[in-house]
Amino acid sequence: MNLSLEGRTYVVMGVANKRSIAWGIAQSLAKAGARLVFTYAGERLEKNVRKLADSLDRDDSIVLPCDISDDEAIHTAFRQIKEEVGVIHGLAHCIAFAKTEELDGDYMNATRDGFLLAHNISSYSLTGVAKAVHELGLMAEGGSIVTMTYLGGEKVVKNYNVMGVAKASLDASVRYLANDLGKESIRVNAISAGPIRTLAAKGIGGFNDVLKEIEEKAPLKKATTQEEVGDTALFLMSDLSRGITGEIIHVDGGFNTIGMM
Amino acid sequence: MADTLERVKGIVADRLGVEESEVTKEATFKDDLGADSLDVVELVMELEDEFDLEISDEEAEKISTVADVVNYIEAQQ
Repeated sequence: MNLSLEGRTYVVMGVANKRSIAWGIAQSLAKAGARLVFTYAGERLEKNVRKLADSLDRDDSIVLPCDISDDEAIHTAFRQIKEEVGVIHGLAHCIAFAKTEELDGDYMNATRDGFLLAHNISSYSLTGVAKAVHELGLMAEGGSIVTMTYLGGEKVVKNYNVMGVAKASLDASVRYLANDLGKESIRVNAISAGPIRTLAAKGIGGFNDVLKEIEEKAPLKKATTQEEVGDTALFLMSDLSRGITGEIIHVDGGFNTIGMM
Repeated sequence: MADTLERVKGIVADRLGVEESEVTKEATFKDDLGADSLDVVELVMELEDEFDLEISDEEAEKISTVADVVNYIEAQQ
């Protein structure tokens, strides 16, 4: 069993800043010896991502833009990745978006536009990317795709609203994609992380209160960290998890297992 | 006050990529320092870490100038 990712290349999508879950994943993969390709959304994030990529202890990282709302842009980005690295061994999809005003109050207040936007960016993007990777024959046999989901897609979580519905769609996509890509020995799984203080999470109404609740109620009595999620992603990217696909793994200190206390 | 202001200035300058001299007490984040809504959220998170305090969503919305931030932090400590 090879526990090193030396000689392997992984794409990490969705780093915004040092607090991003995607950055936690990148650090875990890099520690295991992986070469990384970062994609970012929009010019404003390029500087952050380049700075972080440069802080890794290796000089062969690649940073490029990828607008996941546009199929042609996805293809262009992944064609470029193919030209540069030939083959990839895994991909971390850590991308979601919803309008801030729809992440507060009643779910019913979601607009049709807001609903479609949340699903487009947070759910379809995984399918769009998986399709591009498949069509380009970019992923090595035994490759692994990991996306980030949240409890709000399984149960009602206050203020998570339209993003919860989009995560439910993402969870279902994970299972269907796992079935499609299983033929090519490519695995697709999701990590359902407990709340982490990221830029995206701060957009959800009352986020600081959510963190307090986890610290009180989760069996491990602590908030989830970027490193914990990063290391689970490392496991899912490695051959150790070769028998796992279509699965949602909770990295939340056990919070999801708790009912009435 | 002086110490808080200096620390805030440092964080703001670093986060927004502006010179510390531009970060005056009267400067507004959006208009004078060119911060967009994401910058403001990032800034709030940096300040929460640096000063070990919590800035609620409601308070964050009220913050417009550098002085607002300094006053809020001073009031919390």
